Amino acid sequence: MASVADTAVVTASPRRHGAFVRFVIRLFREKPLGAAGAVIFVLFLFCGLFADVLAPYGMNQISPLNRLKPPSWQHPFGTDNLGRDMFSRCLYGAQLSVIIGFCAAGLATIISVVLGILTGYLGGKFDLVAQRFVDAWMSFPDLIILIVVVSVLGPGMPQIIGTLALLFGIAGSRIIRSAVVSVRENMYVHAAQSTGASTFRILWRHILPNVMPPVIVLFTTRVGVVILVESGLSFLGLGVPPPAPTWGGMLSGAGRTFMYQGPWLALAPGLCLTVVVYATNMFGDALRDLLDPRMRGSR
Amino acid sequence: MPDTLTNTAASAPGMRDAAANGPLLRVEDLKVHFPVMKGVVIQKQVATVKAVDGVSFAVDRGETLGLVGESGCGKSTTGLAILRMLKPTAGRIVFEGEDIAGHDKARMRKVRRRMQMVYQDPYGSLDPRMSVGDIVGEPLVVHGLAGDRRKYRERVAELIRMVGLLPDMAERYPHEFSGGQRQRIGIARALALNPGLIICDEPVSALDVSIQAQVVNLFMELQERLGLTYLFIAHDLSVVRHISNRIAVMYLGRIVEIATRDQLYREPLHPYTQALLAAVPIPDPALEATRPQQIISGEVPSALRPPPGCRFHPRCPHAMDKCRTEDPPLRDLGSGRAVACHLHA
Repeated sequence: MASVADTAVVTASPRRHGAFVRFVIRLFREKPLGAAGAVIFVLFLFCGLFADVLAPYGMNQISPLNRLKPPSWQHPFGTDNLGRDMFSRCLYGAQLSVIIGFCAAGLATIISVVLGILTGYLGGKFDLVAQRFVDAWMSFPDLIILIVVVSVLGPGMPQIIGTLALLFGIAGSRIIRSAVVSVRENMYVHAAQSTGASTFRILWRHILPNVMPPVIVLFTTRVGVVILVESGLSFLGLGVPPPAPTWGGMLSGAGRTFMYQGPWLALAPGLCLTVVVYATNMFGDALRDLLDPRMRGSR
Repeated sequence: MPDTLTNTAASAPGMRDAAANGPLLRVEDLKVHFPVMKGVVIQKQVATVKAVDGVSFAVDRGETLGLVGESGCGKSTTGLAILRMLKPTAGRIVFEGEDIAGHDKARMRKVRRRMQMVYQDPYGSLDPRMSVGDIVGEPLVVHGLAGDRRKYRERVAELIRMVGLLPDMAERYPHEFSGGQRQRIGIARALALNPGLIICDEPVSALDVSIQAQVVNLFMELQERLGLTYLFIAHDLSVVRHISNRIAVMYLGRIVEIATRDQLYREPLHPYTQALLAAVPIPDPALEATRPQQIISGEVPSALRPPPGCRFHPRCPHAMDKCRTEDPPLRDLGSGRAVACHLHA
């Protein structure tokens, strides 16, 4: 009896629930790998948002007696050369990575979309001039721009986020532009123009939804790349200044120096980085596929 | 909703009254030339493609004018120029008594309500990210006629029903439909604003033959019910014969012959029209084998360098000396028939 009731609930559920729940059900059914990515992604967000509550120790709490302790129940990820709890530091690292990753990748994607759609759709002289500017911008090594910005403004989170957003945003506009150029030639855009639709409407209702797949992939891969680049910057002393527990800083600072005495110092932040970047990519791929109405046939 | 739409459409009384007697659309000496540019930074015009070069015709209210010709003859360009999706180089386009050839974007927007287009490709012409209801209703939204949601939804359902689909399909997406059904959606979108003129750019040539007949018949039914006027661009002569009242034959950017359907098929006057009609296969192998073959030789010359004199003379079996030097004008032969050929001077 109970089993009959259960199956009835399962078959009826997609109708009763809201669009979001139905979407989550589809994600788990059709894209198990993407769902795993999503779970890790949410976990990562959760750790980042609630690091202050979750962390058993303070991020810079030094315990000279417990230096370079291997992982134990007290310190799941071990301790570093100053006796700081690595687990807590990784949680706080997630917080920094969430802030930098999302802000910089989000801003970068917005810049890419605005620039890419405008140059791709309007075309002509504007496209020619704007894209030569993009060429010039991309021909500068990223690091030089970052060094200049940091040496003028000093190291700190806002300037790193802003610079990374600008760097990736302008370079990424090329990807969006090429997608727009191919979408623009479709007859449905022509049809909208010939009915008298405004340029804004065409961009918003026709072009943007049809370039969403690359936009989503661009954003999710950027989250990963930004976290990686920030780590690289921290290594060079250009990132968020040292006592702050960034994954990159931990990996290249104590992690590298004490690699033989305490491999967990490099493994813990390294694994965090790898897993989060991989998860964002998987989740992004799944999102791209699921948000396409053409894929909705397989119910 | 349909009433309000017809009212708003008729709310420009001055223009409509003036045009009530004349044809709905009159195209006079329309030219669409494309410059061929060379160089990346400093551009120089090196040549001109004369895609449409002096085309004149008129379409009366409620009739269908077929526009036929080989690919590249400028028939689609003509359609696009009338819609002002391409800028005409010269000539007049008089629509509902108003010359729209020089209209700016803002003035053109008002005219767009009155003329719509049905496209060749039923796959590319519908936005895959929009539901069918949104696609069909888009022209209403664009022209600010979607204020009342309930009436808007009723109108969309009515349009979908009008083209032989079910109103529930409004929630679905284009990829769930077949080519023929998609073309019906495209037609519903074109009907949304109750336009006076619908330009059909090869609307059935991408469909299976069995579906073509259904869609052509739908066009004809709708014309009867709604009093539509069509400019029907096609290269398939049997389709054009079925739907058109009059037919204009184009060759290399010019109209070579205009006649009523029966005149044209019974007695084609221009050698090019004769050759075109002779090339239509007869669905009977015995007849097909015995009928005289009239094959025109050579290729269509490039619109970059059209031949001097009559544009058809290099391929014409009846070419005379005069044809090589003198361009024959489109001469009115009376009873709605005109031909551009020295043989019929």
